Amino acid sequence: MVLPGLAFVLIFAYLPMVGVAIAFQNFIPLKGLFGQDWIGLKNFEYVFSMPNIWIVVRNTLFIASMKIVAGLVVPISFALLLNEVRLVLFKRVAQTIIYFPYFLSWIILGGIMIDILSPSGGIVNAFLGVLGIDPIYFLGENAWFPYTMVISDVWKTFGFSTVVYLAAITSIDPSLYEAAAVDGAGRWKQTWHVTLPGMHMIIVLLMVLSLGTVLDAGFDQIFNLYSPQVYESGDIIDTMVYRMGLMQAQYGPSTAVGLLKSVVSFILISTSYLIAYRFFSYRLF
Amino acid sequence: MLARQTRGQKIFNVFNLFFLTLVCVLCLFPFIHVAALSLSENSAVSGGLVKLWPVRFTTEPYSYVLERKAFWTAFGVTIQRAALGTALNVLLVLLLAYPLSKTREKFRMRSTYVWIFFFTMLFNGGLIPTYILIKELGLLDTIWALVLPGAVTVFNVILMLNFFRQVPEELEDAANIDGASHWRTLWQIYVPVSTPAIATITLFCVVGHWNAWFDGLIYMRDASNYPLQSYLQTIVVSFDFQTMTATEAERLAKLNDRSVKAAQMIVAAIPILLVYPFLQKYFVSGIRLGSVKG
Repeated sequence: MVLPGLAFVLIFAYLPMVGVAIAFQNFIPLKGLFGQDWIGLKNFEYVFSMPNIWIVVRNTLFIASMKIVAGLVVPISFALLLNEVRLVLFKRVAQTIIYFPYFLSWIILGGIMIDILSPSGGIVNAFLGVLGIDPIYFLGENAWFPYTMVISDVWKTFGFSTVVYLAAITSIDPSLYEAAAVDGAGRWKQTWHVTLPGMHMIIVLLMVLSLGTVLDAGFDQIFNLYSPQVYESGDIIDTMVYRMGLMQAQYGPSTAVGLLKSVVSFILISTSYLIAYRFFSYRLF
Repeated sequence: MLARQTRGQKIFNVFNLFFLTLVCVLCLFPFIHVAALSLSENSAVSGGLVKLWPVRFTTEPYSYVLERKAFWTAFGVTIQRAALGTALNVLLVLLLAYPLSKTREKFRMRSTYVWIFFFTMLFNGGLIPTYILIKELGLLDTIWALVLPGAVTVFNVILMLNFFRQVPEELEDAANIDGASHWRTLWQIYVPVSTPAIATITLFCVVGHWNAWFDGLIYMRDASNYPLQSYLQTIVVSFDFQTMTATEAERLAKLNDRSVKAAQMIVAAIPILLVYPFLQKYFVSGIRLGSVKG
């Protein structure tokens, strides 16, 4: 029964891993994988001598870490606020609304963003104009681009995470709240001393697991929203690999960058799983 | 929470409700605005008059979109991909999850296999080697390039095997005693009792296939093979006039480009809206089932 699945994985996941050999070759497509000239670490040297490589690494780390922090703080705050609402219908409608964008692709959301953020005629800038603010080119200025990415990422994902945290809150024993209330704790103190400690397991766990994504600043989103004007602040490892590899046919260097990213990600993800397993006895299977 | 509320609490409640309502409105606003754009006349759109409600209502952008052959071709590719891909995904998930959910006593190689599959979630060959493989296999420009590489969804296998583990062992033992093979046990016992989990995974796969665009963009050299999202990518995010015929361009000139794009995005989002009630029902429990266990 395992065999069909095994065959697919061997062909489509493990065979490409053999292909990382390209990172050590002067790859010329016609010659086949084993007929190439081996050039050792030349591709890596080339990559690290590129003037923009550190900018790309910096952008990746900057955007990814801001997304990780915002992706934790915003949903937790919302889960806490939503938890205070006593109107069940309101709670349910609000959840449904905020987690809708999660299911749409970045193509659709990107298209919407391009339209509403446009400096000429976009509704956001029209609104800013009413307030007397000059049009801002959110997707075309380096000063704005990374923050636009973080905020729009929050827009897409916070609703879903909020629902996950809310689920964790509902599993807290209600008698703890009663006990706290008897001791004279108000809403605020109950939140601080009961709800948050009750959620701390899942918060820390998701924090640990998000460590593994520090090199993933979000290819889908950035690829669809960036342009050469914002390469300086928005070009990330994945978009660079795409351009070098498939647009400029620099197979060797592009694979080298991809390989480095995969290796670092592998170490980060394994470490975070290990921590999660050690300290929170988290197991995926 | 039955205690009487103090003044401060009442103020907080009102403020909280107000704030949350505001956030919900902000979340929905872009969608409503774009929907309004798609239903408004050219002059109103370019004059910046459209906010939340269509101005000078027209369905012309939609008829323009729905009459474009390329749109329907792409739509067809996506339907085909979602059907084929999901069927293959779910079948393989079941075939893998059943043996891998067994204990080590019953299936000795279990952990080896689990690691072979799990490893592919942690490490992959990268963009270029994968592309070259697909090319060498002659899959470029075929639907199989979109369906086969992602056939094994390891994350879903893990969800499913965790679900299978909750099935009481007595059921399986009883079936064994009655002489049922593993095949029979899987199809006649495990599958019927796992419909909620299978529904969750099917939805995961359908949404995944529906939203996928990157593989279409790189593996399809001929634009007429693009699935819907890749097609949208080329016209909504990076506008491409080359795919347009002269008469189409002429017609488009009378319409507002923004309305047309908006109409295409809405049409592409409608199927998600249709499955949304089901998504909502299953998604959260599915995620909780697989990812966060204390």
